Amino acid sequence: MSAVTELRPLADAPSVAVRDAWGNTLVALAEQYPELVVLDGDLANSTRADIFAAAVPDRFFEMGIAEQNLLGVAAGMATCGYVPWISTFTAFLTSRALDQIRVVVAQPHLNVKLCGSYSGLLTSKTGKTHQSVDDLAVFRAMPGISVIAPADANELAAAMRSMMETEGPQYLRVTRDASPVVFPENHLFRLGKAELLRDGGDVSLISTGTQTIRTLEAAELLAARGIQADVLHVPTLKPLDVEAIVAAAERTNAVVTAEDHSIIGGLGGAVAECLGEHRPTRMRRVGIRDTFGESAPNDALLEKYGLTAKHVADAAIALLEGDRP
Amino acid sequence: MESSTAIDPRDSQSTSLEALSARTRGLILETIHHAGAGHVGGPLSATDLLVHLYFRTLNIDPARPDWPERDRFILSKGHSSIAIYTVLALRGYFPVAELRTFDAIDSRLQGHPDMTRLPGLDMSTGSLGQGLSPGVGMALSAKLRGQGYRTWVMLGDGEIQEGQIWEACFTAARYELDNLTAILDANNLPQFGWPSPEGFTRDRPYDDPRAKFEAFGWHVVECDGHDHADIERAFAEAVAHTGRPTCVIAHTIKGKGISFMENQFTWHALPPNAEQLAAALAELELEASE
Repeated sequence: MSAVTELRPLADAPSVAVRDAWGNTLVALAEQYPELVVLDGDLANSTRADIFAAAVPDRFFEMGIAEQNLLGVAAGMATCGYVPWISTFTAFLTSRALDQIRVVVAQPHLNVKLCGSYSGLLTSKTGKTHQSVDDLAVFRAMPGISVIAPADANELAAAMRSMMETEGPQYLRVTRDASPVVFPENHLFRLGKAELLRDGGDVSLISTGTQTIRTLEAAELLAARGIQADVLHVPTLKPLDVEAIVAAAERTNAVVTAEDHSIIGGLGGAVAECLGEHRPTRMRRVGIRDTFGESAPNDALLEKYGLTAKHVADAAIALLEGDRP
Repeated sequence: MESSTAIDPRDSQSTSLEALSARTRGLILETIHHAGAGHVGGPLSATDLLVHLYFRTLNIDPARPDWPERDRFILSKGHSSIAIYTVLALRGYFPVAELRTFDAIDSRLQGHPDMTRLPGLDMSTGSLGQGLSPGVGMALSAKLRGQGYRTWVMLGDGEIQEGQIWEACFTAARYELDNLTAILDANNLPQFGWPSPEGFTRDRPYDDPRAKFEAFGWHVVECDGHDHADIERAFAEAVAHTGRPTCVIAHTIKGKGISFMENQFTWHALPPNAEQLAAALAELELEASE
C-alpha cells in the first residue's frame, strides 16, 4: 500500500470555488507559457475565464455561442503551436461539440485542453440541460484523451500545471461551486496516479472529483460507527491506476465507488471493469442512477440523487452487512 | 500506374496546368479503379482548383511539410481525398507509385485525409462541415504571431448545409481574417438529394452562397473552377483583398473531364471498370500506365 497523501483536516479546510481556481491558474500559467491561449464560448464570466481575459487580453479569444466552431478553431491553433484551453460548460463540450472533439482533436491527437465547467449536478439551479451526468463515460470511451477530475482548487491547479507539461488532448472536469480545499498548495499532480487519502482497512471508498470531499466526510461518519474506511481518490479516470485500485480491493475485499456522475461508464464503471478482470470484489456504486437531473439547490440535489456523505457511508455499511444492492 | 518523379512548378513551363490537370484526373481514375472503391465525381470537380493551388498559388516546400511559414491548405470536403493525394504526389510530397496503396490496410492514404499519417496534410477531415473552423484557427494564429502565411480551405457546396460552416464564417469576419480564403467547389450535385412533389430531384432547396457569405461579412469572388486563367484571377483577388476573408465560389462540374461522368450523380462514388477507365484515359489523351 502506498503512502497516505497528507491533507488539511476537513474541519480546518477553507472553501474555494473550483472555477475561480481554474481562472486564476490560467493567468499564472500564461506567464510561464507564451503559447497558452484561451478560447471561450460566451461563458467566460461563468467559467471564470474572465479572470484570464482581464489579465491576458491578447491571448483570450471570444468565439461566441458556437461550440462546434470553438473546438475547430482550437484544433487549428494547436497545429500552429498554440495550446488552446477551452472555456465552456461540460454539457456543451461533451454533447454539442463531440464530433468536433472526435475528428479534429482526438483523432489528430492535437494539444487542446478540454475544460468542462459546471460539471455534474451542481450547476447553480440550471437543471438537466446544463448538468452533465455522462461526461466521464463519454471521454473515457474516446481513444487518446486523458480524463482528469480533481477534488479541490489546489489539486485542480496542480493538474493544470501537469496538463501544460503533457502533449495531447486532455479533458479536465471542473465544478462550479466552492468546496473545502484539502490538498496542500504545493501538491504535485501525477497523471494516472490515484491518491490514498485515508488509511482504514475495513472498506475501500474510491471516489473522484469533488465527490471525494463528501467521501472523506463519509469516512468520518463511518469512523464514528467504528468502521475504518480507506479513501482512495482517483483524479485520473484515464489512464486508470489499476494497481492502486486492485491493491485497495486486496486490502479490504469491499469497495464502494462515489462520483457526481452516472454510475454507468464513469468511475464506478471503470472500477468495476478493472476489478472484474483483475480481482473480482464485492462493490457498490454511489452515483446518479441512469437519470437526468433537475434544477434545485445543491443540498436538495445531493440528497435526492443520492450523493451525500451519508449515502456513501450507508452504501459501505450495507456492503459490509452483505445486503444485496 | 505512372511512376514518374515529382514535377517542380519552377520547371513547369513545359508542363502546362491543363496537362497537369489531365494527368491528375488520369491518376485519380486509375487509383479508384485499382482500389475498387472511392469517390470520383467530387475529386474530378476539384482537380483544376487543387492543381492550381499546389503548382501556382501555395507557398510550400514538399521537402519541409512542417515548415512553420508555409501556406496552409485544408480539404474540408475530405471525401475528395484521392484528388489531394494525387496532387501532393505529383508535387513531390511522396512517390506517385504510393497512390496504389490508397485505402489499403496501414496505408498513409486513408479514405479520408489523416494528418497523423501523411506529411503535407494540414488537417484531418472527413466529417463534413468541419474544415473551415481549423482554417480560422490557423489564420488567427498567423495574425497573432505576425506571420505572413495564408490559409486556404476547400469546401464542398453540399457541406455548407452544416451549421458549423456559418459559425466559422461569423468568427472569421469578426477577427478580420483577410489571410483566410475559402474555395467553394460548387458542383451542384449532392450524394442523394431531396424529394419533391414532382418526384425526386438533386436540385437543392433555395441556395445562394454568394448572398450567404456576403451576409456573414465575407468578400466573394466567382470563377470558372475549370479555367486556370479564371482561377488565377479569382485567387489573386482573394489574396489582394484586405480587411475581410474571401470566398471564391468556383463553378465546377461534378465528374469534369470525362464525358460520361460529367453531371452524373451515379459517379459520386463508383469505381470505373477496365473498359470505362480505358475510355476515360482516351478522352484525357493519356496512355494507360499498366
